[in-house]
Amino acid sequence: MSTFLLLTITGLGLGAMYFLIASGLSLIYGLMGVLNFAHGVFITVTGYTLWFTESKLGGVPVLPRFLIAALVGLIVGTVFAALVELVLIRPLYGRHIEQVLVTVGVALAVTALVTAIWGSDARVVAAPAWVGDTTTIFGAHIPNDRWLEIAAAAVVLFALEAFLRRTRYGLIVRAGVENRSMVTALGIDVRRSFTLVFAIGGLAAGIAAVLYTLYSTTVDPQQGTSLVIFAFIVVVIGGLGSIRGTAWAAVIVGLVQQYANYYASSGLGDLSVVLLLGIVLIARPSGLSRSFA
Amino acid sequence: MKRFAVPAAIVVALAFLPKLTVDIPYLFQESLNTPGTLELLALCLLFGGLALSYDLLFGFTGLLSFGHALYFAVGVYVAAIAMTSWHWSFWQSVLFTALVGFLLAVVLGAVSLRVSGIAFAMVTLAFAQAGSILALKDPYGWTGGEEGFGVDYHKLPAWTVGILNTKHLYWIALAYAAAVFAIVRFAINSSPGHVWQAIRENELRVQVLGLKPYSYKLMSFVLASLLATAGGVVYLLLVGGASTEVTTASFTLTLLLMVVIGGTGSRWGAMIGGILYTYANQRLSDLSSSHAVSQLPSILRTPLQQPLFILGVLFILVVFFVPGGLTRIGQVGLRLDRILRRPATREETA
Repeated sequence: MSTFLLLTITGLGLGAMYFLIASGLSLIYGLMGVLNFAHGVFITVTGYTLWFTESKLGGVPVLPRFLIAALVGLIVGTVFAALVELVLIRPLYGRHIEQVLVTVGVALAVTALVTAIWGSDARVVAAPAWVGDTTTIFGAHIPNDRWLEIAAAAVVLFALEAFLRRTRYGLIVRAGVENRSMVTALGIDVRRSFTLVFAIGGLAAGIAAVLYTLYSTTVDPQQGTSLVIFAFIVVVIGGLGSIRGTAWAAVIVGLVQQYANYYASSGLGDLSVVLLLGIVLIARPSGLSRSFA
Repeated sequence: MKRFAVPAAIVVALAFLPKLTVDIPYLFQESLNTPGTLELLALCLLFGGLALSYDLLFGFTGLLSFGHALYFAVGVYVAAIAMTSWHWSFWQSVLFTALVGFLLAVVLGAVSLRVSGIAFAMVTLAFAQAGSILALKDPYGWTGGEEGFGVDYHKLPAWTVGILNTKHLYWIALAYAAAVFAIVRFAINSSPGHVWQAIRENELRVQVLGLKPYSYKLMSFVLASLLATAGGVVYLLLVGGASTEVTTASFTLTLLLMVVIGGTGSRWGAMIGGILYTYANQRLSDLSSSHAVSQLPSILRTPLQQPLFILGVLFILVVFFVPGGLTRIGQVGLRLDRILRRPATREETA
């Protein structure tokens, strides 16, 4: 029983991470029709900024140092995401394939640049000690960072829902996902919200990056890319452009991956997620969103 | 027959390269007939053919796949495993590999093509990722995990093994590139080929005309995948082993870079893109360790150490300023003029 509980909480933690990355991807796709391959780079930028800031703050105790570094990382990651939209995506409005191609170019070039400057080996990040400890619940020893992941994803889900349902910008974004040309016809410049959506996506991915460095205590140039591939799967299973669908899909994918890795065999978790994707596509080509919405 | 004259002449000319002892300074480190240069040229030709097989999907049918690496990796891994772990003969292994490549493309293509556009891209990516994980985790002890493995060279035809036989490998790569070129040319001029291009332009209209885009797209997908599998076998002969690098999503992305840099929807464009990319990738690595570069200040030197950074930036520049790829660079002036004068419209995506 305690093993099952441990797997469930860890699976939820993993799902939380996927949700943080996939929510931005899903919003960007829903509103702009762009599959953002550069999303993994947002993770890399935040992660490396965090590591770099931390390494410059030598004398400061671990907890404030990590918090400051995380804050700087999040700001830089968000600004970077907004800049990618403004400088590289904006000039190509209406040309979806070219926009996807540019994000691919950004993903490859920035990853290569980071590798060139800091090498391909992982860099160690000092995380507060509490995060590495475990909390015992019903006999299950659960690593503390999992609680942080779940809490952060819950807050982001809540904040996104509140933003989308309660604010004027959220209304424009929702309407834009539904029917962009109609919103434009009503005299609202949807394109202004594009930068906003990119910044939100960058921020959410940055939060995932901070949590991932807590979990792995390292940053490396490839980790963004590997996380994003699962986030892509989550977005497709959840139905493109739906935040709630994405949240459900992230939880399902995280749990399936953990259970399969433990009860079947290690490595099978990743494969069963792909299998799940195949089943969902055969049964429901548009993703799960309609069944949950 | 006139239409075949130019490609045929080029193939014949290229076939005589290993007989030349000419030294081309700057372009190649050694003279043309040395094994090092021939191997580089063979890789260039192989990737030229592979890029064209990818362009069959992306440029001619309008299908953006992020999983083309899977079918290439099938060619490399299945053939290598059959020879090394199961001790099959070379030709048995090749036949079996072709069968696996075909069946996998039919099954996975049938599933992935249920969705279209970006969702298709993501689904193909996911399937390729599954293949990559299999090769990495190595559940049966066949793939050698992260490090990969060398093929049992006793099983390879004797005339392809050894440094003295590099010219034979070069000819195989040339034959592969020429075959892909001829097959793609035949396919896109056939009647399904016209439907592929019609699907690329306007899928709805094809449907209204009473044709089923699904089966045509599947046809294109299977053909492109089979050509990639064949390329994988050629790669195995060239490199003599399998490594996880060829299974990754990044591998497919480099194919996309080749095709877009060279020019999509054009046979010469994709092929030249593949050749140029592979050449630049290899030579930039050599260049970054050269004396001239080590003299540069570190802010210039560091990015030069990663060819992928330079090629990625080149790719972005091509997408922005040379939408038809480098082989259509003559139209750049025209394009720039149009971009400057009015905002982009939807029609330009076509």
